[in-house]
Amino acid sequence: MKSLNAYILGFVLSIGFTLVAFWTVGAGFGAGMGVGILVVLAVLQLLVQLILFLHLGREPKPRWNLIAFFFALFVVVVIVGGSLWIMNNVNHEQLGSYNVFEKENIPAPNHEDHSN
Amino acid sequence: MINPHTKDKNTFGFWVYIMSDCVLFAGLFATYFVLQGATFGASTIDEIVDLPFVLVETILLLTSSFTIGLALLAARSGKKNLTLSFLLLTFLLGLGFLGMEVFEFMKLVGEGSGPGRSAFLSAFFTLLGTHGLHVFLGLIWMLAVMAHVMLRGVGEKTLSKIMCLSLFWHFLDIIWIFIFTLVYLMGALAF
Repeated sequence: MKSLNAYILGFVLSIGFTLVAFWTVGAGFGAGMGVGILVVLAVLQLLVQLILFLHLGREPKPRWNLIAFFFALFVVVVIVGGSLWIMNNVNHEQLGSYNVFEKENIPAPNHEDHSN
Repeated sequence: MINPHTKDKNTFGFWVYIMSDCVLFAGLFATYFVLQGATFGASTIDEIVDLPFVLVETILLLTSSFTIGLALLAARSGKKNLTLSFLLLTFLLGLGFLGMEVFEFMKLVGEGSGPGRSAFLSAFFTLLGTHGLHVFLGLIWMLAVMAHVMLRGVGEKTLSKIMCLSLFWHFLDIIWIFIFTLVYLMGALAF
């Protein structure tokens, strides 16, 4: 029974990826390396779920499910990526200005000076 | 292997709903990432995360995603009792997950790290709470489907219901994987 095998394989892989991800956090990789490994594992996990559990791409043509999925993926990337990009920029322009003062040893503006 | 999810228009319509729900979660994830550092002197993510606890939650949900797949397979081969057993198992695993999540929330609120404490905690509770609410509604739906199977057996109509439910449940599993990785694991790692 082929479908059953797909579900069993999906289950074993998803538990495996989860345990590896859990181990990664405690294994003492640097922040950059650790985040990279976690992202790769999350994407692998997503693919396992989509292909082995949701059978995405296995439907006969035209593949409307797949098309709807890619459109949703596009919107998700725009929302998350766009929000992070814009908000980081805003943080850099406003809140980050004090860090600039610290880096160049310029005294930060004194807010207690305001008359009134 | 043929795709069991595309036999009728119902499941496609439901798939489109799930995709739009993905967009809802994208908004909540984006909000969370933007506000992650806005802790206002209250707990940060690495202070509130209890990794072994979350690992158990994750394994419960992953297992329930597997058992609902088995329930769908059992339903497709017309085995009523097996279908009911796997649905019940999925229900119990889901209930265990939800119980753990509620326990975690109560603990945080009890420690003074409720959703009103900081922008980060608001975003945290909104993201996880929305996922938990989906799981809760899924559990109620699962009870309804189980009642349907019990009364009418596994016919064409029941099969369509179980397909939609299994799509929904796998989707919640995927959302949780991202919460587990991006909120909990990265939160424990990045600080």
